[in-house]
Amino acid sequence: MVGSETVPDGGVNHYLRYTWKKKLIMLGLLAMTAVLALYAISAGSAELTPWQVLLTLLGQTEGHSQIIIWSIRLPRVLSALVAGTGLAVAGAVMQNILRNPLASPTTIGIAQGAAFGAALAIIGWGAGSSSSTGGGAVLIINPYIVTISAFVGAMLSTMIIIFLAQYKGVSPESMVLAGFALGFFFSAGTMLLQYFTNDVNVAAIVFWTFGDIGRASWGELGIMSCVVFGSLLFFLFNRWNYNALDSGAETAKGLGVNVEKTRKWGMFFASLITATVVSFLGIMAFIGLVAPHLVKRLIGGDNRFLIPASGVVGALLLLAADTLARRIIAPVVLPVGAVTSFLGAPLFLYLLVRGSKLR
Amino acid sequence: MILSVKGIEFSYSSRTILDKVGFSVQKGEFLSILGNNGAGKSTLLKTLNKILLPKKGSILLDNQEVSELSRLAIALKMAYVSQHYESNRQTVFDAVLLGRKPHIKWEATATDLALVQGILIKTGLKEFALRYLDELSGGELQKVVIARALAQEPEVLLLDEPTSNLDLRNQIDVLRSILTAAKEKNIAVVAVMHDLNLALRFSDKFLLLQNTRVFAAGGSEVMTAENISQAYGVSVSVERVQNQMVVIPS
Ligand SMILES: Nc1ncnc2c1ncn2[C@@H]1O[C@H](COP(=O)(O)OP(=O)(O)O)[C@@H](O)[C@H]1O
Ligand SMILES: [Mg+2]
Repeated sequence: MVGSETVPDGGVNHYLRYTWKKKLIMLGLLAMTAVLALYAISAGSAELTPWQVLLTLLGQTEGHSQIIIWSIRLPRVLSALVAGTGLAVAGAVMQNILRNPLASPTTIGIAQGAAFGAALAIIGWGAGSSSSTGGGAVLIINPYIVTISAFVGAMLSTMIIIFLAQYKGVSPESMVLAGFALGFFFSAGTMLLQYFTNDVNVAAIVFWTFGDIGRASWGELGIMSCVVFGSLLFFLFNRWNYNALDSGAETAKGLGVNVEKTRKWGMFFASLITATVVSFLGIMAFIGLVAPHLVKRLIGGDNRFLIPASGVVGALLLLAADTLARRIIAPVVLPVGAVTSFLGAPLFLYLLVRGSKLR
Repeated sequence: MILSVKGIEFSYSSRTILDKVGFSVQKGEFLSILGNNGAGKSTLLKTLNKILLPKKGSILLDNQEVSELSRLAIALKMAYVSQHYESNRQTVFDAVLLGRKPHIKWEATATDLALVQGILIKTGLKEFALRYLDELSGGELQKVVIARALAQEPEVLLLDEPTSNLDLRNQIDVLRSILTAAKEKNIAVVAVMHDLNLALRFSDKFLLLQNTRVFAAGGSEVMTAENISQAYGVSVSVERVQNQMVVIPS
């Protein structure tokens, strides 16, 4: 019947309903993450019930479970959440600023720069011997120097990218290509280092490269959280600028955006997150690439929602990967970096082939 | 004069694109910039909005030198619709809401949303409100970018070939809604037009560019067969049909 059906009117109410849907989806994702976190804290060689976990977190128990939770499981789970959030929001912002869906912490040379820095430090200051326990894991004797060196490598890579854009007029679109080249360059450097050093060092370098959430303790978690949430705040302040950039640089300028400044600082903070997370935990590929894509399919590209939702999805994915890495052939703990790539690649392909839309 | 341009010179490396170009528009006026491809029309529009910096000359927006204003200050008074625009994964509503960006402090207010709704209705984009831009046709997308510029509530509206992707009916509809907005809200419109007859029908003033320079400028009296023929390098005749000037290539 003409005129009697309720057509979506395209008005404010319809729009508000649509934004509410996005908020609900974000809440749902947050709830999923919380449930998974509870499971991740309770699961392990010493099984605890989620109830015990809750009581312990509220300070209602003492003894054995308290030590396991507070000194081992909680920092690990929180690290996974913070690192996942960081990598994903960094990926979302990089994809926006560089105007390329392939941009992410591990695809534009920053992670490779970190690996090169770590390799240099391991060889320069010594990695130490294979430890007898833990499935032939390698001990890195000087973790702080390795971390600092990795951070310097990552920031060096970042500075080169920002320099090319700022002073050599490389367009954002080609910065991704420059990043690829830089990544290969640093990988080659790492390979050369490996070629000329002894077996123990090679093992240590390879071991470092595999991301491992277990490396973080409360101190590192604190630093990571400051960097990740500080940068996230900066990104959220700029969410309208990023939305404008999505329409092209000239349109953004016409809308009053200082495009060069927005790009430079966005790139800086995204890289800072990457450098910090990677130098503490090693390389975890695909989180920063997949999470924003997944969110875009789910709730669209509006950065007001894309950035925070990517953070939640990144946290969820990395925690899921780490929990899987711990549990799948327990008591052996797989390197989480291998798991994220192993599951991330098919997930990414799936997203490319099929997408769903929210209306 | 809301916008007054004097002696603009611009060049890409050593090639001169604009040579001593000047004009002025008043509030409520519709000025068409005309000329062949490559005449420098888009370049001129970009210098007005500080996207390109001219070598010489002055551009006064509401008596302030544009080169000395911040981008935000410019955006509060002047909106720009580029000849080339991109689609992305934003909804039409969000894309038009983006026009409120210069006015938004932290988050869009109910007033912003209501204004966007009004513009969507006026520009006939209502049914598309929650469609993603990357699922629109070229013409629909063009209407969105124009709607966004209207949402900016500018005093000066710069449009680069605003009807290049539209069919006949939408050309008329869009130009009519721009003209209505211009007259109602006293907006000065500076539009690069590729269709002479549409330009004749909707504009108050004309600026004919030819080979980096202003060939002729003024009201409809400058749109003579002779001027147009020389500026475009094609012989034309200008006729009156139903009290409306039309250009016919001969
Ligand atoms: N980025 C650029 N670098 C060099 N030359 C350019 C650039 N953009 C445009 N041009 C040249 O400047 C001239 C004027 O261009 P434009 O203003 O876009 O012309 P139009 O009048 O068709 O809009 C053209 O000859 C064009 O080739
Ligand atoms: Mg042009």
